[in-house]
Amino acid sequence: MSASTISNPSQTADDAIRGESGALDVRALGFRYGDREALSNVTFSIALGEFFGFLGPNGGGKTTLFKLLSTLVPIQSGSARMFGHDLAGETGAVRRRLGVVFQHPSLDGKLTVGENLTNHGHLYGITGRRLRERIAAMLDLLRLSARERDRVETLSGGLQRRVELAKALLHEPELLLLDEPSTGLDPAARREFSNYLEHLREHAGVTVVLTTHYMEEAERCDRIGILHEGKLVAIAPPGELKSEVGGDVIVIRAQAPELLQRKILQRFKLRSQLVDGAIRIERIRGHELVRDLIDAFGEEIESVSFGKPTLEDVFVHLTGHQFFAEMAQTE
Amino acid sequence: MREIFLQAATLWQREIVRFIRQPIRVMSAIATPLVFWLLLGAGLQASFKPSGMPAGIDYAQYFYPGVIVLMLLFTAIFATASTVDDRRQGFLQGVLVAPISRATIVLGQALGCTTLALMQGAIFLAMAPLAGIRLSLEAIAVSAAMMAVIAFAMTSIGLTMAWRTESTQGFHAFMNMLLLPIWMLSGAVFPVAGAPAWFQWTTRLNPLTYAVDALRRALYLAEPASSGATMPMGSSVAIAIAFAAFAFILATRVARNASTI
Repeated sequence: MSASTISNPSQTADDAIRGESGALDVRALGFRYGDREALSNVTFSIALGEFFGFLGPNGGGKTTLFKLLSTLVPIQSGSARMFGHDLAGETGAVRRRLGVVFQHPSLDGKLTVGENLTNHGHLYGITGRRLRERIAAMLDLLRLSARERDRVETLSGGLQRRVELAKALLHEPELLLLDEPSTGLDPAARREFSNYLEHLREHAGVTVVLTTHYMEEAERCDRIGILHEGKLVAIAPPGELKSEVGGDVIVIRAQAPELLQRKILQRFKLRSQLVDGAIRIERIRGHELVRDLIDAFGEEIESVSFGKPTLEDVFVHLTGHQFFAEMAQTE
Repeated sequence: MREIFLQAATLWQREIVRFIRQPIRVMSAIATPLVFWLLLGAGLQASFKPSGMPAGIDYAQYFYPGVIVLMLLFTAIFATASTVDDRRQGFLQGVLVAPISRATIVLGQALGCTTLALMQGAIFLAMAPLAGIRLSLEAIAVSAAMMAVIAFAMTSIGLTMAWRTESTQGFHAFMNMLLLPIWMLSGAVFPVAGAPAWFQWTTRLNPLTYAVDALRRALYLAEPASSGATMPMGSSVAIAIAFAAFAFILATRVARNASTI
């Protein structure tokens, strides 16, 4: 919890002078592609050393936010400061402090792991002994030392992601920004990658900001921000968000959901949501309601599911939309 | 300054290394113009006597500098094409968020692609005797310098387009549409002297004409009379260099404003 509070007691004098609270400070950020508003009035702060995730379906604004924060795209409206440096006016200072992992590979497959890292070091002005030491340290940190001379194109997807991480961390950034880092990995490789991220946070002392549409990846963050249709609809630790959902979540599938919804309202004085053709009820002590519902409407019910709220439930609770239905629409 | 040099050098090196590791690129870049020259040159030689051809030079010799320029042109197109996808979902993404100016990125790319073109040019120069062209060391040196200027100009045009085009297909279509006519209208394929007036005017406005002419003089340094060149060396070289500089500055401008959406 301490990492998620905005005023961090360990802030340096330097930060205090600048009036900044931590790693990233974003105010009223907006972005338009022509007529389409991709990001609107997004405001948040991220503390030093925090592990922060942006969760949302594709098209929710995650990628636009990533492009703005990574300095790939100039800021249109609002402001963003990283460690006190303005993203618009002090791009050079921001870039030196920033390590980026892209959704698509940014390694040259024809070069070896070592060559890719050397190349990256040179772009950041690192040479000679210091570069060799940094490369050795990163390869060691990510257990890649045996692969230094392998061409990147010969490595598995999971290994390539690790090389991306080694590259992004080579110049000792203070903030690591990752765009959908585990997309395209199988579940095992995804877990492994998450473990490495966790490991990095502990050993490299870096602030981590990532975007994701995987619930389990979001669960591991100190705090998450939920992006929906270009707006930041919530920002809190995952546990807190889940506790905002009223108790348990009951989802009922029926042949005539609208009719059943009305009957539930009449009989139990209970309002429910209709999400993706299913009736959804949030309720404390939900198991008792399940029993009563089956007693009353057993004939009409096809299936009932009951569970503690997940982040997916949080998304539905906040937006009234099914997370993955949203994904299917935008893809 | 040291940093800019280091950054440009590392991008340059990357272009060379990845090229060498793709033998098919090396082969195709050499084979395409060679086939072009052998078939077209040999076929046209028998039946094709363009008017305005200087005495004492046969068509294969006349066409030789033109084929060199064509090869530089192909190399420029193929070497710069990767920029289109690379900046969106490849290697260049990482370069774009590094503390490096867009002008330095373009410089590294342009020098890398120019070097690739020159490496192929060297092989091509080595085959000159097969065309009955004897090259002195001096001619080789001056020709290589001219080829570098032409390659740098072509590469810069390629980068200008690659940084503003959204798809690789679109890039290739546009480059072929743009560069092949420029090449044909440069006096590379047949002497301008015998062509209609409008053609001669277009040729005179084409900066590549001067570069090709200078290359002609450089290749046939020992026998200027039969070089087929029509303009003084000094002004041709100056115009070629100015053209290359202009194309490079244009490329850096376009790259600076290129969006990555």
